[in-house]
Amino acid sequence: MIQVLADNDGVVTLLWDTPDKKQNVFNAEAMTALADALAQANAIEGAIGIVIASGKRDFVAGADITMLQGMASQADDVPALYAGVGTLSKLLRDMEKGKLPVAAAINGTALGGGFELALACHRRFAANNPRAVIGLPESGLGLLPGAGGTQRLPRLIGVQPSLPLLMEGKRLSPAEAKAAGLVDELVEPDALLETAKAWIRTKPSPQQPWDKKGFKFPGGSSEDAGVANMFMVAAALYQAKTFGNYPAGKAILSCVNEGSRLDMDSALEIEKRYFVGLIRDPVARNMIRTMFVSLGDANKLVRRPQGVEKLKVTKIGVLGAGLMGAGIAYAAAKAGIDVVILDTTEEKANGAVDYATKIEDKAIASKRGTEERKATLLARIHPGIDFAALRGCQCVIEAVYEDRAVKADVTRRAIAVVGGDAVFGSNTSTLPISGLAEASSHPDRFIGLHFFSPVEKMQLVEVITGRSTTPATLAHALDVVTALGKTPIVVHDSRGFYTSRVFGTYITEGISMLREGIKPALIENAGKMSGMPMPPLALADDVGLGLMVAVGLATQRDLGMEAPINPSTPVLEVLVHKNQRTGRRGGGGFYNYDGKNKSLWAGLATEFPAAETQPDVQELIERFLIVQAVETARVMAAGIVDAPEDADVGAVLGWGFAPWTGGPLSYIETMGLGKFIAKADDLASRFGERFRPPTALREMAAAGSKYYA
Amino acid sequence: MQDAWIFDAVRTPRGRGKAGGGLNTVAPIALARTSLQAIRDRNSLDTSLVDDVYLGIVEPVNEQGSNLARVAVIYSGYDQSVPGVQINRYCASGLAAVNMAAAQVMAGQARMTIGGGIESMSRVPMGSSRGAWATDPQVSIYTKFVPQGISADLIATKWGYTREHCDEIAVMSQQRAAAAWAEGRFNKSIIPVKDDNGMTLLARDEHMRPDATVAGLGKLPPAFLQMGESYGFDAVAQQRYPEIEQIHHVHHAGNSSGIVDGSAAVLIGRKDVGDAHGLKPRARIRSFASIGSEPTIMLTGPSLAVDRALSLAGLTVKDIDLWEINEAFASVVLRFKDALGLDMDRVNVNGGAIAMGHPLGATGAMILGTLLDEMERRDLRFGCASLCVGAGMGIATIIERVDA
Repeated sequence: MIQVLADNDGVVTLLWDTPDKKQNVFNAEAMTALADALAQANAIEGAIGIVIASGKRDFVAGADITMLQGMASQADDVPALYAGVGTLSKLLRDMEKGKLPVAAAINGTALGGGFELALACHRRFAANNPRAVIGLPESGLGLLPGAGGTQRLPRLIGVQPSLPLLMEGKRLSPAEAKAAGLVDELVEPDALLETAKAWIRTKPSPQQPWDKKGFKFPGGSSEDAGVANMFMVAAALYQAKTFGNYPAGKAILSCVNEGSRLDMDSALEIEKRYFVGLIRDPVARNMIRTMFVSLGDANKLVRRPQGVEKLKVTKIGVLGAGLMGAGIAYAAAKAGIDVVILDTTEEKANGAVDYATKIEDKAIASKRGTEERKATLLARIHPGIDFAALRGCQCVIEAVYEDRAVKADVTRRAIAVVGGDAVFGSNTSTLPISGLAEASSHPDRFIGLHFFSPVEKMQLVEVITGRSTTPATLAHALDVVTALGKTPIVVHDSRGFYTSRVFGTYITEGISMLREGIKPALIENAGKMSGMPMPPLALADDVGLGLMVAVGLATQRDLGMEAPINPSTPVLEVLVHKNQRTGRRGGGGFYNYDGKNKSLWAGLATEFPAAETQPDVQELIERFLIVQAVETARVMAAGIVDAPEDADVGAVLGWGFAPWTGGPLSYIETMGLGKFIAKADDLASRFGERFRPPTALREMAAAGSKYYA
Repeated sequence: MQDAWIFDAVRTPRGRGKAGGGLNTVAPIALARTSLQAIRDRNSLDTSLVDDVYLGIVEPVNEQGSNLARVAVIYSGYDQSVPGVQINRYCASGLAAVNMAAAQVMAGQARMTIGGGIESMSRVPMGSSRGAWATDPQVSIYTKFVPQGISADLIATKWGYTREHCDEIAVMSQQRAAAAWAEGRFNKSIIPVKDDNGMTLLARDEHMRPDATVAGLGKLPPAFLQMGESYGFDAVAQQRYPEIEQIHHVHHAGNSSGIVDGSAAVLIGRKDVGDAHGLKPRARIRSFASIGSEPTIMLTGPSLAVDRALSLAGLTVKDIDLWEINEAFASVVLRFKDALGLDMDRVNVNGGAIAMGHPLGATGAMILGTLLDEMERRDLRFGCASLCVGAGMGIATIIERVDA
């Protein structure tokens, strides 16, 4: 795995090139290989130093996620976890304390453990490779860099500059990394290895600055007043941002704060302690599973029916140039796909071009885009009113007004041109797919493609199969989603599908709390503290209270006696009908709006007087999460979503369900099915049947089974 | 149990706590010496009778570090047999020192003791000793630490005290302090601070702004807005008080306690020992209490401490004739008054720390002396001094004049 190549002048190159893999990653095997290679290099007579290089396009991509998952699953075996994290930590410490100087030749991406390896080298040379990224992104997995990253980075560049890199896991280009001091020299790619070797030939000291007597932290350590005060503020900002839901940020702050008071060996002990604490925490386990493994699987289309030839997507059609249609057109153009976008007038259709122009201009203004990219992108968007232009599209996506008749009309006109050749996707968020498919003469090619707003930012697409949708159509629809650079989950037809249905319960719960006399500020803060991206009443204002009333009426009309009781309806009626407060676009709803500022409408206190005793915020937080989790369990029980991975990925990506939980099903399992059912039953008896867990969940608990095997 | 009696109480004037302030050129230990020597000299005290000296210091580092109390005792020329100990109960340190000194007498373990405090905020600034509470993220996050100004604004928000209510308290403090000085009500206890050549450095509290008005104060910018909104502390406070939509930042330099330098000392002892040495007891320490309460709102502890001290003394709020509550922030005074149902006519009648300043380690001993002086002037029986304290503590001491 790692070749030891000695030059005549005593420079030894360790060339890391994992066989049969695209990337070098740290796992048990790699650590052994590195230890062996270092031992061999040190044993070579006349060796004057070591260059660590990669035989891949990238340097080292980080730790093997499977290894991390394995560690996370043995949370009870603390000694084993210490041993696990200690291996690499000690290996790198021994390397930097060895008798030979070591240089890192960073040819491409160096992330996580890969960059920690470079940090333990005595000098870092990076190829000026614009494709490469350098950083310590472990916090995104709920972890921290456990092989010295939290100690060496602040000693290298200072405490304050290191914190955002560690806490937010920022990835830098090699040039940015050089500017920030993460690498010592930026070198042209073909000169990289030779430059590193030349440095070794100068016979530099194999001692790290932090191991020299009298070492001083750049900018001061935690013992200095300015840095100590910075930790005071950093801890408050961490809480303001995370509500304490993400323990990695706190652990990283503490690693740096405590470690910077100690020598490197003791500091590494501190780092290990916090790493073990994090990996034992269900937050890391759940985030790794959902945000890395399951998300990766969704992007790899593990749910795609087998044996269907891959659809090559070069041209798509979009019907309707509103917010969603324009967003889909932009995503397509950005992904290099030609897109025909139709609306009732040329002017409306041109709106899609304006939409894309606006986004690209913003990108140029903030130096994230270029005029060339904008021009290429805009050239791919073809607005018009003539359905004949759809000829040759591999996929047509309908994104017109949520009205069955309008949808049926454009569907018929599009199918008349593309027939059964193209996949026909409807971007409806609520109307059942099987019913809409009746308008098509090719219902087998009809499928739901539910994008989220704003499309250019939201990664998820909920792919909904109707009664007649064939496996081949599903496979092709998934190919389209991939081609658009989005992440699909597979859902079966039903009212509200998956995401809209469950998401709605969060808002409903917030509104019903108001009716119980819970103070609106308490409701909103509980929503934020639960980890949801927005508080429920503010979200309701954004969705539109009038729209919510209308949807409620439509459901009532469609389902009659079968319609579920919606406890938010009486509150909405007071707002909308009695007070003409229809939400943000209507000038005010639960909130008053004044430019960028908003404040809760004072009238709420008179319309819904506060109860004498207010509940504990923790109870409200649990109500928000449990009501969504129960609804997700119902969706699973009804067979609307097949894979628990899709349910969790869809929840986090689709409506921002508290990412720290790893998704609603992970939330249930972390609590334990038995305890969850007991809590939900208790809430059902106090607040209504919406909390009652489905029979299927009780049966799973009784049988001792779980969503995740 | 013995009774502990107050024989004397002194304080220095308070100098502005910054470069150019009247006491900025005086070393902290020399400030402490001023009060300790005054106690000795005014009472012709045989210092070998003093069995312990407690001095409160809130930033016990650098030149206020180590155990300044013992060294100040020696440096003041006290008998070498007198021990000393530095204590820190944050802003209550001066009163806590008195209480602890009294407790030794009550317990029969000391004849005479001294409790007092010193803080040179101009030379050892607030926050100098740092500590885990504010700067260790594990601890600050666990305890939901916020700076006191945020707590003060939180109190105002929670109980609906407006900027104007707070500014009115500030103006009242200024006017009362000015009147008290004009009438010489502090003269009995003020010890001018002199340099080694006998030149007087400061003889009068110099932080006061007697001409302050509500309209004038209204122009000052809120002091804790940035800390609350940009540095995340409002969000931290709201996570403990989630029923609050938004914290209103009503405090500023003019309705918060002033940053000043100063020292104080109180001589306590057994009545028989005093009698034998010609010392006249001025008041009896009836009871005292320190309590802990919710640390994020932090500054609502005083009324709880008062409740406990009253119950220990077998008294009720109505029995207390005169109150001193440290004016750390205007909202603290307002909440204290409302929680106990007091009339401002009996609270801080000679002004407080908003006007005259709050030398952290010394203030508790200072306001106890101010209380006693005014009780004597008005010939009242029961008085209570109380302070809000960092990390949610509160302190109260009830004294009784027996010949009243």
